[in-house]
Amino acid sequence: MKVIQSLGILLFLVGLTVFTVMPFLGDYTLTEDQVLANTKDIHQEKMAEILSPMYGETYSSNFSLISAYNENFNEYNEALKAESKWDDVIWDDYSLPLAQSSLSSPVRDNPWLFFGLSIGLAVLGGLMYNLPKYRGEPAGIKNNGIFHSAMKNRGWMGMITGAYLILFYIILYWFPAYIVNQIWMVTPLSMLLSGNPASQWFLYGTIYTLAITVMGVRMFRKYRGNKYQQLRTASVMFFQTAFAFLIPEILVLLNQPYFDFKNIWPLDYDFFYDYQIDTFLSSGGVGMFMLIWGILLIVIGVPTFTYFFGKRWYCSWVCGCGGLAETLGDPYRQLSDKSVKAWKYERVIIHSVLVLAVVMTALTIVNYFSGFALLGNVTNQLHSFYGFAIGSVFAGVVGTGFYPFMGNRVWCRFGCPLAAYLGLVQRFKSRFRITTNGGQCISCGNCSTHCEMGIDVRWYAQRGQEIVRSSCVGCGVCSSVCPRGVLNLENGPEENRINEMPIIIGNDSIKINA
Amino acid sequence: MSSNRHVVIIGNGIAGVTCARQLRKLDDSVRITLISGESKYFFSRTALMYVFMGHMEFKHTQPYENWFWEKNRIELKEAWVKSIDYAAKNLHFESGENMGYDELVIATGSKPNKFGWPGEDLQGVQGLYSKQDLELMEENTHEGVKRAVIVGGGLIGIEMAEMLAYKKIPVTFLVRESSFWSNVLPKEESELVGRHMREHHIDLRLGEELNEIISDQNARVKAIKTKSGEEIQCQFVGLTAGVKPSIDFLRNTELGVNRGVKVNFGFQTNIPNVYSIGDCAEFHEAPASDRKQVEQVWYTGRMHGETLGHILAGKKITYKPGIWFNSAKFLDIEYQTYGTVPASWDAEKVKSFYWEHAGGKISFRMLMDLQDKILGVNNFGFRLRHEFFDQAIGEAWDGAKVISKLDKANFDPEFFAPYYIEIQKAFKDQFGGNVKVSKKSFIQKLFGASV
Repeated sequence: MKVIQSLGILLFLVGLTVFTVMPFLGDYTLTEDQVLANTKDIHQEKMAEILSPMYGETYSSNFSLISAYNENFNEYNEALKAESKWDDVIWDDYSLPLAQSSLSSPVRDNPWLFFGLSIGLAVLGGLMYNLPKYRGEPAGIKNNGIFHSAMKNRGWMGMITGAYLILFYIILYWFPAYIVNQIWMVTPLSMLLSGNPASQWFLYGTIYTLAITVMGVRMFRKYRGNKYQQLRTASVMFFQTAFAFLIPEILVLLNQPYFDFKNIWPLDYDFFYDYQIDTFLSSGGVGMFMLIWGILLIVIGVPTFTYFFGKRWYCSWVCGCGGLAETLGDPYRQLSDKSVKAWKYERVIIHSVLVLAVVMTALTIVNYFSGFALLGNVTNQLHSFYGFAIGSVFAGVVGTGFYPFMGNRVWCRFGCPLAAYLGLVQRFKSRFRITTNGGQCISCGNCSTHCEMGIDVRWYAQRGQEIVRSSCVGCGVCSSVCPRGVLNLENGPEENRINEMPIIIGNDSIKINA
Repeated sequence: MSSNRHVVIIGNGIAGVTCARQLRKLDDSVRITLISGESKYFFSRTALMYVFMGHMEFKHTQPYENWFWEKNRIELKEAWVKSIDYAAKNLHFESGENMGYDELVIATGSKPNKFGWPGEDLQGVQGLYSKQDLELMEENTHEGVKRAVIVGGGLIGIEMAEMLAYKKIPVTFLVRESSFWSNVLPKEESELVGRHMREHHIDLRLGEELNEIISDQNARVKAIKTKSGEEIQCQFVGLTAGVKPSIDFLRNTELGVNRGVKVNFGFQTNIPNVYSIGDCAEFHEAPASDRKQVEQVWYTGRMHGETLGHILAGKKITYKPGIWFNSAKFLDIEYQTYGTVPASWDAEKVKSFYWEHAGGKISFRMLMDLQDKILGVNNFGFRLRHEFFDQAIGEAWDGAKVISKLDKANFDPEFFAPYYIEIQKAFKDQFGGNVKVSKKSFIQKLFGASV
């Protein structure tokens, strides 16, 4: 087994290396036809002129191509800006489609080969590493050595992993022109699913889904013998693969709007954006269904399910961000900050994001129905601010890139406005709680240590108190790692769910009113 | 009571800390000082094994953040007490400092038993109780240990075996009795644990005792010899044959001691204003028929502290523990017990119901008196609700009633196999009577929760 696992790590590293060197392959030759084909009608003439010095030139790397592009393009734009001719400035960024079309590389020629050599090998290696884990050992959860690990306790491996993830997100969001090889690599897969060429988001979705799958298998091994963990892992794997990845692509294949049926506003912050509403309203019955479905989830789905089951029904069973956190992020769950100070920051930040999302959406809707008379294009600037600061930096770069530094739920704990909404329902109107089993707690701290949301579970357990916290995503790991059977996730009557003056049973010396 | 009195607690384990916290809750003005030479801040002793195995770091074993003590005005003194001048109400520290007190609480806990074995003080030979013991064990097992021997079949022994397994050190486990922890566990449960230990490749030697520990040239252990004459090469020896009150510095003074510090049910010693709680206290008589004079369990330490906190705040109460409960984890198998289940009983006076899962890792036992009233339960490999059994045993329910309501007692997570149904069936087969067998829920059927 050791051999297979070592080979697995080797294959994974080979796959990762191929993926990482891919941007450096091939060269780029731009033609006027490509420029005309990839620019908007109103810019075609101008762009063709601006970029004409580049035609016929072969650029040996994306760096030289993009730097030449920027040189020519910026020269034109800066001049206009200097003269304050804002209407003539070209605000669109054409670097991605132009880099894509001007590329000639072995990846573009053999996409499936490179898919196999990079993502394929990484997936295969990951499975070879994960599947034999704990083979021949009795079932039981072992967190052996996680704090002695360079990967899982902010050692050098964790630092490198975090830095790589952060870099990946920065390129993905703001410099996709550098990864056109990878986008070409997944293009045949995209054609197969949706009949359309791939975007960087399709590339991201593919990797994301496979990461959840491979690391979901790791969860099955790690938590073998624990049905709750197995089922919720299977659930997030299913919702990611079917609802987030396949169904939206298939909808596009069927000429319907791209739509993730399980993504709920305000996590899905652009649900009420004007262009989204236009899409829904212009797509007949299906579009109307999507609009109504989305609204029903917000006003009925969230409160109802959260009342009966707590926010876990979404956060650790359905959500895509949660899915990644619970699989890829599971090795880092112990790095969350449990201090009361962190809890204070958490409450201020997450509720601020919720307020921001609500205000932004309200303004957008009012503006939409007033025919843009009220605020004009001000909402667009609000959208780009939110999209940049919350959607990209917070949810992506920090949310995932910081796994190895601050634990796997940074976004869910400090940033997600939907989690804040679910949390308010969970705290004030829900049947869900974590029950403490009488006086059995020994204050060992396993529960708090392994709580990804940074809840000091032990604080409650050792005083015999039920745990009712808005942030709890109900992953159930506190219950799984408890050595004395003290914690259990339960849905029950609301009365006495919140008890600030608990009595630890077992000591008859002290009575409640003695 | 004078409001500016000074209560000094020697020992910041669960007993001392609980006492300090309860007292502060009830009395805002009393001055409270907690003394410990082991660790400035309270930590959970039970979690030391997890630090060794890398499940946690030491800081995670501390149940309260460091600001907690200042906020609650509980002063922390990091020092070892050398002697006590009871007449002058003064403590002398090893550092040469002194500290006065108005009321003194002795909560110094335990230390590992040593029975005068030859070689018991060699390097590489140790018990496991304190933070310093943990640090020593990390040093002792850092390198060059090809085999370890553990002496004494109790809870700390099996924890130590698990810790050594993390370092891939093979373990030979000497147990004097004919099965594991057999002074506490009935035969079947004891065998269940023994099987599980062997499943984890622990070389369990039952009915075997330590004779001597053999030294190499550097006063380090190189082997042990058993009573049966076998010599086992080993570089580490864990002495885990129980613990005893850690009160050496209190002996031969006017304080009344025996095994521990002698106290009444108000935790008063023979000296006014001096109290003792936790592992180091010894009651004049056992607090209940199924309890001991020296109670050395986490939960009893907590209850002692809770009770004395109230007493020091002026409440007129005495120590009255409720229904007994305890828990442990044997490698992967969790154990809970509620009420009275001794290792053996008189079959003429006590009825026993025992169920064991075919896999041999999950079991349930209930003892009843001749009127079928529940006396206590043992459960292994699944979880049961404390509150349920506290009530059932306190109200002396019929065994059949307990079993019929076992679904309410179940504390296993959602989707887990409903073992209680199998237990109900087995009880009905064995004892007949009016037992209601629960139905599988829709979810249990849907996910094929097979037992």
